[in-house]
Amino acid sequence: MSWIDIGHIDEVPLRGARLLKTPMGCIAVFRTAEAEVFAASNSCPHKGGPLSEGIVHGQSVTCPLHNWVFDLNTGEAQGADEGRIETYPLRLDGSRMLIDASALAGQNAA
Amino acid sequence: MTQKLVVIGAGMASGRMLEHLLNADPKAYEITLFNAEPRGNYNRLMLSPVLSGEKTYAEIVTHDEDWYAEHGITCRFGEKVLAIDPAQKVVRGEKGDVAYDKLVIATGSNPFMIPLPGHDLAGVIPYRDLEDTEAMMALGDRPGTKAVVIGGGLLGLEAAAGMAARGVDVTVVHIMGHLMERQLDEAAGYLLRKSLVEKGIKVLCQANSKEILDDGTGHVKALRLEDGTELPCDLLVMAVGIRPNMALAEATGLTCNRGVIVDDHMVTSDPDILALGECVEHDGALFGLVAPLYDQAKVLAQTLLRQEARFVNKEVSTKLKVTGCDLFSAGDFADGEGREDIVFRDPARGVYKRLVLEGDRLIGAVMYGDTADGAWFYSHIKDGSDVSEMRDTLIFGPAYQGGASADPLSAVAALPDDAEICGCNGVCKGDIVSAIHDGATDLGALRACTKASASCGTCTGLVEQVLAVTLGDDYAAPTAQPICGCCDLTHEDVRRLIKSQELKSQAAVWQELGWKTPNGCHVCRPAVNFYLLADWPVEYQDDPQSRFVNERKHANIQKDGTFSVVPRMWGGMTTPDELRAIADAAEKYNVPTVHVTGGQRIDLLGVRGEDLPHIWADLNKAGMVSGHAYAKGLRTVKTCVGKDHCRFGTQDSTGLGIKLEKRLWGSWSPHKVKLAVSGCPRNCAEATCKDIGVVCVDSGYQIGVAGAAGMDVKETERLADVATEEEALDLATAFMQLYRENAKYLDRPYKWVAKVGLDWVKARVVDDLTERQRLVDAFELSQTIYRKDPWAKEVEEKSASYAPLADLTLEAAE
Ligand code: SRM
Ligand SMILES: Cc1cc2nc3c(=O)[nH]c(=O)nc-3n(C[C@H](O)[C@H](O)[C@H](O)COP(=O)(O)OP(=O)(O)OC[C@H]3O[C@@H](n4cnc5c(N)ncnc54)[C@H](O)[C@@H]3O)c2cc1C
Ligand code: SF4
Ligand code: FES
Repeated sequence: MSWIDIGHIDEVPLRGARLLKTPMGCIAVFRTAEAEVFAASNSCPHKGGPLSEGIVHGQSVTCPLHNWVFDLNTGEAQGADEGRIETYPLRLDGSRMLIDASALAGQNAA
Repeated sequence: MTQKLVVIGAGMASGRMLEHLLNADPKAYEITLFNAEPRGNYNRLMLSPVLSGEKTYAEIVTHDEDWYAEHGITCRFGEKVLAIDPAQKVVRGEKGDVAYDKLVIATGSNPFMIPLPGHDLAGVIPYRDLEDTEAMMALGDRPGTKAVVIGGGLLGLEAAAGMAARGVDVTVVHIMGHLMERQLDEAAGYLLRKSLVEKGIKVLCQANSKEILDDGTGHVKALRLEDGTELPCDLLVMAVGIRPNMALAEATGLTCNRGVIVDDHMVTSDPDILALGECVEHDGALFGLVAPLYDQAKVLAQTLLRQEARFVNKEVSTKLKVTGCDLFSAGDFADGEGREDIVFRDPARGVYKRLVLEGDRLIGAVMYGDTADGAWFYSHIKDGSDVSEMRDTLIFGPAYQGGASADPLSAVAALPDDAEICGCNGVCKGDIVSAIHDGATDLGALRACTKASASCGTCTGLVEQVLAVTLGDDYAAPTAQPICGCCDLTHEDVRRLIKSQELKSQAAVWQELGWKTPNGCHVCRPAVNFYLLADWPVEYQDDPQSRFVNERKHANIQKDGTFSVVPRMWGGMTTPDELRAIADAAEKYNVPTVHVTGGQRIDLLGVRGEDLPHIWADLNKAGMVSGHAYAKGLRTVKTCVGKDHCRFGTQDSTGLGIKLEKRLWGSWSPHKVKLAVSGCPRNCAEATCKDIGVVCVDSGYQIGVAGAAGMDVKETERLADVATEEEALDLATAFMQLYRENAKYLDRPYKWVAKVGLDWVKARVVDDLTERQRLVDAFELSQTIYRKDPWAKEVEEKSASYAPLADLTLEAAE
């Protein structure tokens, strides 16, 4: 693993998200609680809605275009909808957010 | 020959270590003990009960003079160790050198003092030792003293509660959104705050300290916050964290990182120097609670006796030692794959419990109000035991495991007749059952005849269960739809309870109304956010993260993720300058589509998210503001040209339209609101199908409300005919406010009026002049906060957040 510092946790609003530019496109960084962050694909498998613009609740995000809900732990769509978004290893070191660059290089972000 | 052992620091960790060592082999070492504090070992944890007056200092001393004498320990208390010479194996104290064969560093930690201007004034103290505690106790001896505590963590709150118990007027200033954020989630933090406030402590969260003010004699006078607030105080306690005290070890050349590095045997990089306690770093971890330090003490004693032992860092649990604040937290809440929450709330008792599971294991627990099962949960966390078998009843604790039924209905069935169901109105189960037998077979009827659940409403679920148990198969579950899966209450109930219980924060709503999720979902949270800001415009702060993207970004999202931007054109009027500015912006930001909307203004479609703050800044510069084309709030006020130009015009319809728009813009409402003003009954502005529509006639203004022309088409109903513009403006404002205060989220006015009846609306808005004035005033109060252009604010404060957090395309290319 190779962890890269992508910023201070307070740069992501509580129950909000920010975009992260990577070589294979943008991924979304979600902050679900005071000290809880997730990284996942920004693109909804339904019709490509930008998930970083969705409402963040519990450990899930709701797509802003047609309300599909994704669990940020597994990336699985909830309820009746079927689909999955890629998730990426992201961890906190104190207040800094670190992402695993090797995971980003290994696969293609949608 | 006995070896020489020198110990630096007579604190909790070294004290425990000495006990183990002397128990196992009293003759192994000749011991010298240094302590910078002018005393031996006492139980530092218990300083808080000493502060609050529940204990005396004498009661918390762990090792007294006799103990040290009995064990032949040479005490050098009140003497600091200045240096260590590892080559000569000598320790240099303030009063002379001591040679060692083995050395133990147990220097604890230093409280961190934020380097604010004025942090070195007299009366600014940390909370670490007996001297600090005595300074706080002294404050209580003088009447009318004030203290400020910076830091809403464990230490800060114990300091605050202790001083408050001595009659000091205490304010806690905390930088994060809720108290003890490292141990508690928001819900528990909310309950904790509530208990502290009940003790008379003031709590300011999200408060940034800026400067400590001097009273002119070098003593603290007040704390000034970033927002300019001044908090006068006689004593300022900083409890914002600790840093391992490793200066001595560092100067000695021992390997240090954030703390003094030790291995599993508690040995530093020098084989004859060992260390333990808050000064060390073990496997990347630092320490701030005693439980792991006691494990270290055991291991270190064994290492000194050449026995094999290894330190393993286990999960810790936290309790707050403030009487009446029962909280417990253990384990881990931070990010991770595959975690699940189980939440339980009992609003009536002020209880909140949350368990965090990962796979089949419990990894974290937070509890407030009822912490009796804390130890049981903690043992499951520590042991990593498989809890899948009892998953469904886990949260009810050990009492529910092994057979006992957790079915709520059978629990209700088992209640005796004199069990109280509704606490507010003192209604017991027997009263409800006999009312049901007398024919009250639904909730509404029961409320009417027994008052059960008619006040605060939190027992509604229980009353329904009594109905279900009593009626059996005849019971029809209530048809009223709950807000969503997060909660059993309807929108109407939530609105009513937010008002009657004076709930002023989201955390208060989640807890007091028994939400089943930690912070709602995309369905309920925007509704609750609106209800709170509509009812408590001054106290509640709007939460952008509880809004749909359009309202959060002040632009409409498009199917390709771009946005549309619609500047306001007051009453549909524009000027060549405005049109030029729009044209310039469209060119500068490559706007692909410019459309004239159905609302008499211009829409720029296809703007990239990152360009939003820039295009707004340009439009702002030309004097234009957001048209809120995205808002559940005032959209447009359409007008016709009116009597200035039209040969049939009776009044200044354009002028009135502009006045209405200027009065109502920026306010949030349950759904969007559109107005129109036509200059005569020919109605060119289509006023008779709007939420509020005014038709001008010779004698004045006909005000219609509750029209629709979207998915339903419906003509407005006449609210009133008035003679003056001023009255027309007031009626529109009062109607808007009544709608804001009462309608269900996402009901347009025509749907809401159909529910309450036009007569109900007329009675308040038209006939009752006092109520009309109250509505107008309430609206104006709210508008002092919300009648502002969101673009300007966004450009000023949040521009950066529209750009990506970081760009890794370059790094990865390396
Ligand atoms: C831009 C505009 C169409 C246009 O180009 O003319 C428009 C565009 C949208 N309308 Fe509209 N409506 C527009 C005038 C209207 C009108 C006519 C009017 O305002 O005089 C109506 C009928 C009157 C009414 O409001 O009932 C109208 C009835 C709706 C409805 C149905 C509302 C209802 O209660 O029945 C929706 C859906 C909703 O709000 O839930 C809707 C929703 C939408 C949304 C916001 C859909 C969405 O959620 O993304 C569209 C955004 C398009 C976009 O990508 O930006 N739009 N929409 C008009 C903007 C007016 C303005 O200047 O602000
Ligand atoms: C008010 C308060 C309440 C607390 N409540 C709890 C609680 O409820 N639960 C919990 O688990 N923990 C609690 N803690 C934390 C707990 O007290 C500490 O984790 C523990 O005391 C650390 O032990 P230690 O031996 O490492 O350091 P300390 O107990 O701080 O001992 C270190 C000693 O070394 C001395 N020293 C430092 N440098 C030198 C030097 N150069 N020469 C000589 N002597 C030196 C210091 O004077 C000090 O006496 C609380 C702490 C405080 C202050
Ligand atoms: S009528 Fe309104 S909501 Fe429907 S496509 Fe047109 S703009 Fe979109
Ligand atoms: S694009 Fe995400 S739900 Fe349709």
